[in-house]
Amino acid sequence: MANDKFTKDKFASDKFDYLLRLGDTALVLSQQLSKWCGKGPALEEDMALTNVALDLIGQARMWLSYAAEIEGAGRDEDQLAFLRDAHQFRNFLLVEQPNGSYADTLMRQFLFDSWHYFQLQALLQSSDQRIAEIAEKSLKEVTYHLRRSGDLVVRLGDGTELSRSKVQAAANALWPYTGEMFNADALDDAITATGIAPDPGTLRAAWLAHLAEIFAEATLTMPAPDAWMQKGGKQGVHTEHLGYLLAEMQFLQRAYPGAQW
Amino acid sequence: MDTQASTRMIERPDSAQVWSWLAAVPDPEIPVISIVDLGIVRDVVWHADECVVTITPTYSGCPAMTVIADAISQALHERGIERVRLQTQLSPAWTTDWMSEDGKRKLHAYGIAPPAEQVIDISGLRSDAAAASAISRKRPLLVVVCPHCGSSHTRVTSQFGSTPCKALYRCDDCLEPFDYFKCH
Repeated sequence: MANDKFTKDKFASDKFDYLLRLGDTALVLSQQLSKWCGKGPALEEDMALTNVALDLIGQARMWLSYAAEIEGAGRDEDQLAFLRDAHQFRNFLLVEQPNGSYADTLMRQFLFDSWHYFQLQALLQSSDQRIAEIAEKSLKEVTYHLRRSGDLVVRLGDGTELSRSKVQAAANALWPYTGEMFNADALDDAITATGIAPDPGTLRAAWLAHLAEIFAEATLTMPAPDAWMQKGGKQGVHTEHLGYLLAEMQFLQRAYPGAQW
Repeated sequence: MDTQASTRMIERPDSAQVWSWLAAVPDPEIPVISIVDLGIVRDVVWHADECVVTITPTYSGCPAMTVIADAISQALHERGIERVRLQTQLSPAWTTDWMSEDGKRKLHAYGIAPPAEQVIDISGLRSDAAAASAISRKRPLLVVVCPHCGSSHTRVTSQFGSTPCKALYRCDDCLEPFDYFKCH
């Protein structure tokens, strides 16, 4: 009996940790994108970035609400978002990288959207019905995100010499942060075994194929797929950028605990 | 004693009546169409004296959902239904296929081009090839007709417009910009 309970607890805590990875990644990228609000290079771009941020915050809410329910510790989505510190966040390193220039922001978005699209598509088959439903809802939105970021990478890459050099530099700089989207750790293995999510490595071929199509049309050089990769975001070991982002995002709840609109 | 209230309790309005009341609740962002036209309301059922309305979000981050939920409760309370419960349903995910023909006409008359494209077929996306073609740059471009002059010489300015559910277009004939309600 004791053993059963242990297995059940392990299952719930794995699922909670995995949902944090999905929710935190959407939340952190949404926060990054919303910093462009009022500063976009053109009105249309400003609106598009904040619309993507809005979709992502909606998705983050669905993942984190579910995580809080699974945890069953009386926390809600807001407490998970605003009252955890950097080492408790499980987002990818890629999404916490700074906004930089518009080329940096769009390349980060494109590399992420491409993974996100194939990941959600695979999650439609999740053995967990709630996860499959959230993925079904999110996939429709992410299809538009990916079409847009792909179009813009082509426009910048196949644009002027300056825009091309900036977007190429962005791809080279961000590339080492893409590895952890596909490299499985012990949690990924446990989650894959329960049929909740796919083995992350299986998404890589489709991701690389889509990148190859866009990079070729954008006249950009794709960095080497077997390059050395950073890791740590999924396990809570982050770059310095996350701390600054959280300091800003969590300020209100830290300064005025329990404040509500 | 409030006899009027108890009479109401006995004469519980049927679902069709409730649907017709909901059809008068406008969408907060596009007030020319109702939430029923948009396909947000999925079900109306009675559990004893409680009216349960099932709604589905158009977009997961749609800030209008709270306003819509409040508007539904208010509209039904005003008609004398005392106990209203709203529940949210994610699956099947909202699609513009659920928008009524009448709703599409109203959108057009309001200056917003209604959804034109085939919706994204989620079931078809399960194979790698279908998934790749949905995001490929070689996919066929859709034709969006200008709601001002009827021309089909239009081009997309941005995939996102004033709200996540709309894209920005421009007409190459009458030169007017317009919103397009994206297929979803």
